[in-house]
Amino acid sequence: MSKNMNLITAPLRKANPVTVLILGICSALAVTAKLKPAIVMALSVTVVTALSNLVISLLRKGIPSKIRIIVQLIVVATLVILVDQFLKAFMYDVSKQLSVFVGLIITNCIVMGRLEAFAMSHKPWESFLDGIGNGLGYGSILVIVAFFRELLGSGTLFGFQVIPQGLYNLGYMNNGLMILPPMALIIIGIIIWLQKPEEGK
Amino acid sequence: MGLRDYIDKIKPNFEPGGKYARFHSTFEAFETFLYTPNRVTTNGAHIRNYVDMKRSLIYVVFALIPCFLFGTWNIGYQHFLSLGEDVTFWHTFGYGLLKIIPIYLVSYIVGLTIEFTFAEIRHEEVNEGYFVTGFLIPLIMPVDVPLWMLALAVAFAVIIGKEVFGGSGMNIVNPALLARAFLFFSYPSKMTGDSVWIAEKADAYSGATPLGTIFNGGTINDLPSLSEMFIGTIPGSIGETSKIAILIGGLFLIINGIASLRIILATFAGAIAMSLFFDIPFYYHLLMGGFMFGTIFMATDPVTAAQTNIGKLIYGFLIGAITILIRMANPGYPEGMMLAILLLNVFAPLIDWCVVGANIRKRKKRWRTAERSAE
Repeated sequence: MSKNMNLITAPLRKANPVTVLILGICSALAVTAKLKPAIVMALSVTVVTALSNLVISLLRKGIPSKIRIIVQLIVVATLVILVDQFLKAFMYDVSKQLSVFVGLIITNCIVMGRLEAFAMSHKPWESFLDGIGNGLGYGSILVIVAFFRELLGSGTLFGFQVIPQGLYNLGYMNNGLMILPPMALIIIGIIIWLQKPEEGK
Repeated sequence: MGLRDYIDKIKPNFEPGGKYARFHSTFEAFETFLYTPNRVTTNGAHIRNYVDMKRSLIYVVFALIPCFLFGTWNIGYQHFLSLGEDVTFWHTFGYGLLKIIPIYLVSYIVGLTIEFTFAEIRHEEVNEGYFVTGFLIPLIMPVDVPLWMLALAVAFAVIIGKEVFGGSGMNIVNPALLARAFLFFSYPSKMTGDSVWIAEKADAYSGATPLGTIFNGGTINDLPSLSEMFIGTIPGSIGETSKIAILIGGLFLIINGIASLRIILATFAGAIAMSLFFDIPFYYHLLMGGFMFGTIFMATDPVTAAQTNIGKLIYGFLIGAITILIRMANPGYPEGMMLAILLLNVFAPLIDWCVVGANIRKRKKRWRTAERSAE
């Protein structure tokens, strides 16, 4: 059981897909200006990685090695379309904010990476947990980045005003750079910088 | 020699194992600041040159003093001009000092605190890199910059621009320009426009810089006269307005071999070549905005510029050309000097790599032909 637990906890810190494997950076830059889309994106990726890991792991003995990438793509694409349709039906405004980035989960390196590196050679339950763990590892970074970007860039969290009006009257201003994608890259860089020494031990 | 005795007396506390060993770097920095260290290298061959890092960095600060003095006076001059008041020279200069001293205090206190902290954590000596950066940053700010923003920009530039890469000499982009770029994109309303360049400006008075005028559709007839722009009695960032003061500093740097004349000339050439394609003549471009200041003090920064001789020419030429391109063809920003230098800072290692590679190929070819003819 502890081995299975490790499948979930390892990607959160020491095998984090974003800060250690440097995967999935593009969407981390694009959807983290606000917390709400970031959380929805994190959940969508978690669902897709977990379920595609599960499906591929079930099929792994029957997939001819020469066409495995195509088979993986079909599974991932199907799941992404399902997630996309779900968001359009039940969370239309968030779906509009995320725009193409939900569709682009197909090309998210984390999904394909876990299929190739893990699901093709492990049992279904383990693969499912690994997918959850990696989705959450990705999501945790997204939420950290989005928290700072929304707080400092817009003065809000989940759309609610957090920084009091009094501070603005004193001359405080929202930081415009936080809204721009480069700042997401810099924040991820800082997280990596803080995390590195801890790993070395 | 009371001070020397006192330093010697407290010195053991800062040695390894002493009471304040944690603050060794700080102590060492102050000791070498006050007295020349008497340690010399004992073995190996060395080239003796009076220009060490301390000397070359203090030269840059000396070169900036004309800009500092003129900028201080110009703060007061622009302020009283906008109010329509006629006051004495010392009154004008004093007003400027009152405005500029807090900016310098914030720049040095924030920057040096971070430098000292990192030196202690890494058990390194504090070096003089921030001395120049801290002097440059206020000179490229609008006088009305809020001090908390300045503090934030200094912290960002020192930590993200320099310390994450390993400190002075390891930075990829010029930290002073990074501080300005940070504010430029974070708080554009405080960094551009007509109202930020003059301290406590009267509302009715237009405070547009020459570049701002051009940006808003003006022609060269709306600009101040060439001599005004050359002397520097125009609104602008604190240290950039007077081209005379900049050229005095530039001459000092070139004579002492600190700034590369090659880069400066190439930058001028690039700007002149590019401005042929647009309708504002090149001599206006050389006198407007931060072009001159950036060319002399920023583009020539030996750490972030290209290192090879041909590379320096390419690097300078592109800075000049891209600056004019951004000024004239870009609908978003009136000034391009900062962005052009930062862009080329990033590309400088690549330029050098290509130049070195081309040289190796050329020599290999020559060697092969020589070998063949010898057979």
